[in-house]
Amino acid sequence: MTKANYGYKDGSGEYFITIDTDLCNSCGKCVEACPANVLEMAEDELDPLSDEIIAIVSEEHRKKIKYSCAPCKGGDLKKLPCVNACEVGALSHSW
Amino acid sequence: MSKTESEKEYWRWTESRYTNPDINWKDGDIISAGVDVGSVSTQAVIMVDGEIYCYSSMRTGSNSPDSATNAMDWALEGTGLTLDKIQYVVGTGYGRVNVPFAKRAITEIACHARGANFIYGPEIRTVLDMGGQDCKAIRCDNRGKVTAFLMNDKCAAGTGRGMEVFADLLQVHINDVGEMSLQVDKEPEPVSSTCVVFAKSEAVGLLRKGWPKEKVLAAYCSAMAHRIVTLLLRLGIEEKFAITGGIAKNIGVVKRIEEELKLKAPESSIDPQLAGAIGAALFAKALIEKEHKKA
Repeated sequence: MTKANYGYKDGSGEYFITIDTDLCNSCGKCVEACPANVLEMAEDELDPLSDEIIAIVSEEHRKKIKYSCAPCKGGDLKKLPCVNACEVGALSHSW
Repeated sequence: MSKTESEKEYWRWTESRYTNPDINWKDGDIISAGVDVGSVSTQAVIMVDGEIYCYSSMRTGSNSPDSATNAMDWALEGTGLTLDKIQYVVGTGYGRVNVPFAKRAITEIACHARGANFIYGPEIRTVLDMGGQDCKAIRCDNRGKVTAFLMNDKCAAGTGRGMEVFADLLQVHINDVGEMSLQVDKEPEPVSSTCVVFAKSEAVGLLRKGWPKEKVLAAYCSAMAHRIVTLLLRLGIEEKFAITGGIAKNIGVVKRIEEELKLKAPESSIDPQLAGAIGAALFAKALIEKEHKKA
């Protein structure tokens, strides 16, 4: 199990998207499902020697996911488009 | 007697370079290098067959490509080794994409885990990298491969930059801050703000109330330690744990983290600030070997 936590903690709370890079099967469905383009497929940053392409949170959004993800929030956490799209359950949000 | 400009620069930590006298690069098969361009400091490490041959550690300027080149030039100085003889250079750190002569950029998270594994040995499972402008909690396996990470990069609270600001404010040299912060009989309340700017204002207030420098530094170091422990606890801590990055040299922060966690971080003769560049150089070596295998 390899957990990549993207995001931050600030005065208003903790905002992390966690991707289990071992579970991720490189299908790319979460990337398609995200309306804000927060996710992308890229090389495994944590394991530079592997050639696998996996889902990551794009550099651009890492420091503002509270806002980037806001349009999808408010309802059932399990119904988030990205979480829902992931068939292997590799993706989760902390808030 | 008036002090010289550099004596007034309390935040200015010592730059350094080193050549390993026991290694002759001409005898080596694999010469790899890692350059860690951080937000505050830049390190270049050159390895011969996976052992440290020479390194340099200096301040990052306002231009990342220049910093990388300067650090590399300084590391190579007097060794007779030239850049073109280095088979693979990996760039890492904040400015990793701006290392002009690097074949590849690798995130500092992967590099610090690998570097800590080299410096402190394969028993290390949790690495805390306390850098100039952010801090990262990393979990890794016995080969130094990352298994989880958490980074707090949104602001400079609890980082080297914050420590520089405090050294400057209190006119205590950055190298002495840690030691001085331990010279209190009773640990004061930590400063309540972690934001560097707010904490600085708070410290000015404490000084006005008559607090001695030691006590103010103690209050700041313990706030910093506490903030970092929270980050570590969120990720989950597994023994053994090691600290890398510039703050690892601040005994005031390290001791307080150890006390809060009730764990001891190992010491090493290798400068913990080099961990990122060491990791990068080791990845460079692994990438050369991978290329050879393919060929």
